Amino acid sequence: MKQGNTKISIRDYQFFYGEKQALFDINLDIRANEILSVLGPANSGITTLLRSLNRLCDLIPKVRMQGDILVDGESIYAPHVVVTELRRRLGMVFDVPSPLPMTIFDNIAFGPRLHGKKNRQRLADTVEQSLRMAALWEDVKDRLHMPAMSLSGGQQQRLCIARVLALQPEVILLDRPCSGLDPISTSKIEDSLQLLKKRFTIVIAPHNVQQATRISDSAAFMLMGRLIEVGVGDDLFANPRDKRTSDYITGRYG
Amino acid sequence: MKLSARAGQRIAKTLIWAAAVAVLAVLLFVILYVLIKGLPIVNWGFLTEIPRNMGRDGGIASTIVGTLLITLVAIVIATPFGLGTAFYLAEYTREGRITRIIRFSAESLAGIPSIVYGLFGFIFFVDILHLRWSILSGGLTLAVMILPTIIRTSEESIRAVPDIYREVCFSLSATKWQTIIKVVFPSALRGIANGVILSVGRCVAETAAVVLTAGAPLRMPSSLSSPTRTMAVHFYLLVREGISMDNAFGTAALIVILIFIINVGANALINRAMSKNRTR
Repeated sequence: MKQGNTKISIRDYQFFYGEKQALFDINLDIRANEILSVLGPANSGITTLLRSLNRLCDLIPKVRMQGDILVDGESIYAPHVVVTELRRRLGMVFDVPSPLPMTIFDNIAFGPRLHGKKNRQRLADTVEQSLRMAALWEDVKDRLHMPAMSLSGGQQQRLCIARVLALQPEVILLDRPCSGLDPISTSKIEDSLQLLKKRFTIVIAPHNVQQATRISDSAAFMLMGRLIEVGVGDDLFANPRDKRTSDYITGRYG
Repeated sequence: MKLSARAGQRIAKTLIWAAAVAVLAVLLFVILYVLIKGLPIVNWGFLTEIPRNMGRDGGIASTIVGTLLITLVAIVIATPFGLGTAFYLAEYTREGRITRIIRFSAESLAGIPSIVYGLFGFIFFVDILHLRWSILSGGLTLAVMILPTIIRTSEESIRAVPDIYREVCFSLSATKWQTIIKVVFPSALRGIANGVILSVGRCVAETAAVVLTAGAPLRMPSSLSSPTRTMAVHFYLLVREGISMDNAFGTAALIVILIFIINVGANALINRAMSKNRTR
């Protein structure tokens, strides 16, 4: 899919945890092969929005949603949608590095194995490719069978990216992936994202405004569960239309 | 009197150390006493011959076999039910009336004296189900007895598995069952195994519930429907009837050693199974 086509379309989306409304009337189009940053202070509903896209929010008791989310023009809530397949297509990286308690190799091979891939050689190829794309291969190629927890925080997070890539997703959702990382690890991850967007659509909650300006093709600003504004390129940072946006990006709160 | 923080720290440290040392001393004393009194009695004949003359002579081979079989039956039956219940409580249901009822029942069961299980087993398995005095009756009774322990320890260790593992699994397109079998269960395995090992110890050591459901014959059991005497029952009868204190201590020493072997063996197995998953 070429850049510019709409990959994900969020329409009048509302989300409730029990009685508490977390998202209000979200309307947002996400274009293919670009990096969209969704930024905003804590409790803005960004995590909820990201987790709505792969229906991970469904797992929480007593939630309810209205409106619709379309991926490639098709509702993710359509009855024939297989949720596990949806989650394969929209991979997610969490805010804390979250390797599973197994070896590096098994972490990456976890997803492919779920889908019945057992051929050792092909699994090994997938693992290598995924690690290369996440810029981790050189670090770990000699210790693939060590526990993933033995890696550093930044390496663990790149492992999580590689693990998502092994599923051959279409979209990668990253929820503040660099929040606990040092600047060098952060810049390595940002570099990988620039390469990855050629093949994937990336939605990221950056951990600060600087990161958003460095990596974004477009940016959205959220506050208290509402989408305040969306801008293409540096628009949002250069000419914010809403006062709340300019207050946030100039560091007045958040 | 007011203590300085430093003095308070010293006193606390001393008391805590003293408690640990005292407990260690008591445990070592009991174990050493039993082993010192019992080990000289143990020889090849004691291990391989069946008891003769009420247990005054011969060995205790039949009671070792009986103990192992009854324990095996109890564990094989209780573990799947206990694990299933634990996974149901921890993963498949939300807190509500049913979980409260299950948990309350399990906790009440855990506090009942074993002789009551013996009586229940005698009435239900031996009499109503016509299983008679047998390894099967004894094993089933012990299974009921250890079920609460297995449920509770398993549920706790399943709940201790970090939620992020589950979220990661789901986000990697795993189903709930794949999540449980590939990540939650392996992560909880050590805790689950600890509960099972604890239960094995209780089965090996149980007397009251077994004597009422498996009987106390001295001959070698020939099948699961044979009655049998376990080591603990044998020990009890040898002492109670004043038959042979020497052989009683020999039996006691072997019970201690058996439980030790089971603990070490099971832990070694678990360590091997977990070595891939070790975090550091």
